[in-house]
Amino acid sequence: MKLTVWTYEGPPHVGAMRVASAMRDVHYVLHAPQGDTYADLLFTMIQRDGRRPPVTYTTFQARDLGGDTAHLFKSAAQDAVDRFAPKALLVGSSCTAELIQDDPGGLALALNLSIPVVPLELPSYSKKENWGAAETFYQIVRRLADPTARPPERAGRRPRCNLLGATGLGFRHRDDVTEVTRLLERLGVDVALCAPMGAAAHDIARIGEADFNIVLYPETAEIVAKWLERTFHQPCVRVVPIGYGATRDFIAEVARVACVDATSLLDGCSSRMPWWSRSVDSTYLTGKRVFIFGDATHAIAAARVASDELGFKVVGLGAYNREFARDVRTAAEKYGVEALISDDYLEIEARIAELQPELVLGTQMERHIAKRLGIACAVISAPVHVQDFPARYSPQMGFEGSNVLFDSWVHPLVMGLEEHLLTMFRDDFEFNDAGGASHLGVPAAPTVTASVSAVAANADSALVWAADAERELGKIPFFVRGKARRNTERFAAERGVELITVGTLYEAKSHYAR
Amino acid sequence: MSAIPAVSPSSSATPFVSPPQASGCETPGVPREILRERGQREVFCGLTGIIWLHRKIQDAFFLVVGSRTCAHLLQSAAGVMVFAEPRFATAIMEERDLAGLADANDELDAIVDRLLERRPDIKLLFLVGSCPSEVIKLDLSRAAARLSRKHLPQVRVLNYSGSGIETTFTQGEDACLAALVPEMPAAPANAARALLVVGALPDVVEDQFRRLFAELGIAPVAFLPAGKAADLPAVGANTVLLLAQPFLGDTARALELRGAARLTAPFPFGAEGTTLWLKAAAEAWGVEDRLFDGVTAPGRQRANRAIANYRGVLHGKRIFFFPDSQLEIPLARFLARELGMIPVEVGTPYLHVQHLAAELALLPASTRLSEGQDVDRQLARCRLEKPDLVVCGLGLANPLEAEGLSTKWSIELVFSPVHGYEQAGDLAELFTRPLVRRDLLRFGT
Repeated sequence: MKLTVWTYEGPPHVGAMRVASAMRDVHYVLHAPQGDTYADLLFTMIQRDGRRPPVTYTTFQARDLGGDTAHLFKSAAQDAVDRFAPKALLVGSSCTAELIQDDPGGLALALNLSIPVVPLELPSYSKKENWGAAETFYQIVRRLADPTARPPERAGRRPRCNLLGATGLGFRHRDDVTEVTRLLERLGVDVALCAPMGAAAHDIARIGEADFNIVLYPETAEIVAKWLERTFHQPCVRVVPIGYGATRDFIAEVARVACVDATSLLDGCSSRMPWWSRSVDSTYLTGKRVFIFGDATHAIAAARVASDELGFKVVGLGAYNREFARDVRTAAEKYGVEALISDDYLEIEARIAELQPELVLGTQMERHIAKRLGIACAVISAPVHVQDFPARYSPQMGFEGSNVLFDSWVHPLVMGLEEHLLTMFRDDFEFNDAGGASHLGVPAAPTVTASVSAVAANADSALVWAADAERELGKIPFFVRGKARRNTERFAAERGVELITVGTLYEAKSHYAR
Repeated sequence: MSAIPAVSPSSSATPFVSPPQASGCETPGVPREILRERGQREVFCGLTGIIWLHRKIQDAFFLVVGSRTCAHLLQSAAGVMVFAEPRFATAIMEERDLAGLADANDELDAIVDRLLERRPDIKLLFLVGSCPSEVIKLDLSRAAARLSRKHLPQVRVLNYSGSGIETTFTQGEDACLAALVPEMPAAPANAARALLVVGALPDVVEDQFRRLFAELGIAPVAFLPAGKAADLPAVGANTVLLLAQPFLGDTARALELRGAARLTAPFPFGAEGTTLWLKAAAEAWGVEDRLFDGVTAPGRQRANRAIANYRGVLHGKRIFFFPDSQLEIPLARFLARELGMIPVEVGTPYLHVQHLAAELALLPASTRLSEGQDVDRQLARCRLEKPDLVVCGLGLANPLEAEGLSTKWSIELVFSPVHGYEQAGDLAELFTRPLVRRDLLRFGT
C-alpha cells in the first residue's frame, strides 16, 4: 500500500479514455462499478468537450457480484455497438473489474461483432495513466493497421509522415499538433495521419502508408513508434520541438529523414524568442534559479530552454513518470543536479522548499506548492487543469511555442528595474516587497520564510537568528529572501556558527556571490 | 403561504404530522408510477462525500483504502483540486497487496502510524472502504477495532464503506454518519426530550437553525455530525430525530434502533419546506401556533421576498432532473410550489419512500419519478422533452449545453448553503442563473 495525498497520474484506464476520446469513431466499453464515470468530467469540464467521452460503463453493483457480471458486460457492449455504431470497440476493466476477472476481451469476441475489437489489459495495481494511454494506442495500432500498407511510389509526390502521440487531456496537444503541422507544411511534408488525436479507425489502418513517423509525445507514442519501425521499417523522428533550438533540431532531423531542403525555413527565423532573450531588458533573467518538474518529455525540454535560451540556472529537475527516469537522469547530469523521480507530492514539495528556487516550472501541483511558498511559477506539463486549455492559440512546440514559453515563464517573475527599485528602497510605504510583483497585483505569500525556517530548523535545530540579523534579512526583497536565508544558514552550519548575526549574513552573501 | 403558485398537488393534506409509515407502504397522497431503471449510472460513488465531510468534522481524517482510481476520483470530483492540506488521503493498494506478498493489514497499520504521526491534531480516523477493498473482502471493521485499541484514547478509528458497488454519492455521508451512531453516548433514561438534527450542514445554516430552535423554546438541540469528534451528542429513547437531508436512511435506522423517534417532515428547502420542517419539531414540543408564527414570520417573509425575485424567470419553465444527490425530489417540490416550475422528470438514485412521504405528497401529480438510471435512455427521454432546464452531473452538463439545452450542475446544490429561510433565495438563484446567462449572451448573427 502507498499513502497518497494527490496523484500526478490517474489509473491506466483513464489513459485509455484519453486515447479513445481523442479519436473519431472508436468506443470503449469499460467493465466498472458505479462511480468510475467520474472520469467523464475530466473531459467535459477540464477540456470543455461538448460531447461525452465515447465510453460505456457496465456499472455493476454489489448485488451483481454473486451473479452474472459477465452477462452484464456483454449486454452493455452489444448495446453500445448498437447505439453508437463505432468502427472499432475497445474493451477492458477498471481496477475493480480486474479483481473479478471477467475477461472483457473474450466476452466481446464471443459477441461476434462486425467491427474490430481491441481487448485492453491494463493492470491497475501496477501501472498508471500514461502507460495506459501508450498501451491502448499500441493495441489499437496493432489491431487495426493493415500489414500490407506501404507508402505509394515516392516520385512525383511530397513526403508524408504520421504525427504520433497527441491525446485528450494532453498539455497543449491541440495547439502543438497545429503548430507542427504548419511547420511540416512549410517544409513540404504532408501529415498522412495524426493519431490518436483526430484519427478514425480506418485512418489507423493506413498507418503503414507514411514514409516516416514523428513522435511528438514519447509518453504515449514511443511503443507504437518502435513497433512501426520493426513492422513497416518507417524511420522515426524523435526530437521533441519544444524550445527554439529544439525546433531547429527537429526541422533539421525531419529534413534529413524526409530528404527535403530545410535551408529556407531555418534561415527565415520566425521566432521572436532569441531576440527577446538577447535584448537588454532580459539581462535580469541571468542565473535565475529554476526548479523543473513534470512529465519527462516536458521537463527535459524545459530544462534546455531554461538553461540555454533564457540563461536561467537549473537547480532541480525531475519527473513523475518512472518509465522515463533514465532520460531525466541523463538530462539532470548535464545541469549538475540530481534527478528527482517521484510521484509523491509531499516529496516534491519538500525539495522545492529546500532548494528555494526563484521560479518553478511544473504541473498544476507545483503551481500550488509554489503559491504556498511564495515562489513564481509557470505550468509546463500535465496533469492538466481547466486553465491549461486556453481559448487562444498557445502551443508549446515550434517557433510560436518558443514565443509562448518566453512569455509564460518570464511573466510571473519580478521585472528587471522593479527588482532594483525594491532592493534600493525597501521601506517605501506604497511600493515595497510585501506587495509582490507590482504587475501581478497579488501579495507575496507571507508563509515563505516560515516554511523555509521550518525546513532549516529540521536540518539543524541549533541555529538561531539574532533579532537584528532577522530584521536585516527582512530588508532583502521577497524573491531572493528565501535563498539568502538558506545560504546564510548553510554558511553558518558549515562553520559551526550557532548565532547568526548581521555579520554572518553579509559574510555568507560575499561567500555565495555569483 | 401567500404565494403558492398555480402548480399545486391535488392533495392538500399536511403530511408532516403523519405517523411513521410501515415499511413497504405506498406514498400517501396520489399513488404514482415510479420508473425504475438500471444500466449505466452517471453518478459519483460514496467516496465523494469525503469532500465536504472532511471540512465539516474538523478533527477527523478520512483514509480511503482503495485504488489509484479512488485517489484520482477524490482529487477530480470537486471539479477543482482542494489544495489546502486535505484531511483525506488514499492508501493505494498495489499488486503486492493483492498477490499476498504483503499483509494488507500490516501495511495499513504502518500507513496509519505514519499518518497520525504527521497529523497529531487528528482525533477521529475513518477507514473508508472502496470497491476494490470490498471485492477482496478486506475487513476494515476489524482493522478499525485493532487500530482503535492501539491509538485510543488519542485517536478513535472507525470505518464505513463509500464504495461504488454499494453507495451512490450522498449515501457516503449516510454510511459515515451511521458509523458514528454506535459511538454516541447513551442518554440517561430520565433525560429530557432532546432534538437531534441529522445531516452535515454548512456552519452558517446550522447557526441559523440553532437560533430558530432557541426562539421556539426547543431545547436541547444537537447536530450530527458535530464539528469536533469529541462532541458527539447523546442518543436514547428521549431523542427526537429530525433529518436535515433526504439521503440518511441508514443513519436514521441506526438512531431509531437506539430509541430515537423520527419526525416526518418535508426537508428545509424554500420558505414552505423550512416552515413545515420547523413545524414538525414545534409540534413535537407543543409550541403554540402564535409563538411559532411569530418566530418564523420574519424568515418566511425574507425567504418569500428573495424567492419572488426569481419567479419571473422560472415560472412555467419545465425542469428535468437527472439522478445525483437524492435532493432531487425536495428541490423539485420547492421549485414547483414556490417558483411555479414544472418538473417533467425527477430522477433520484434511490427513493426512500418513507423519508420522502411528506415530499411526495407535495409534488405535482404530473411529474414522472424515476429511480436508478440507464443514462442513455434517460438522455433520450430528456431530448424528447426539451426541458427549459436540466439538472445533471458534470459529465453531462457541457454535452447537453452543446445540444442546446440549459443545464444546472447538480453538484453545486450539494456544495452550497441551500437549506433554510435565509438561503431560499440563493437556492432559487442557482436555478435562475443558467437561464439568465443564456439570455444575456449575444454573439451577433
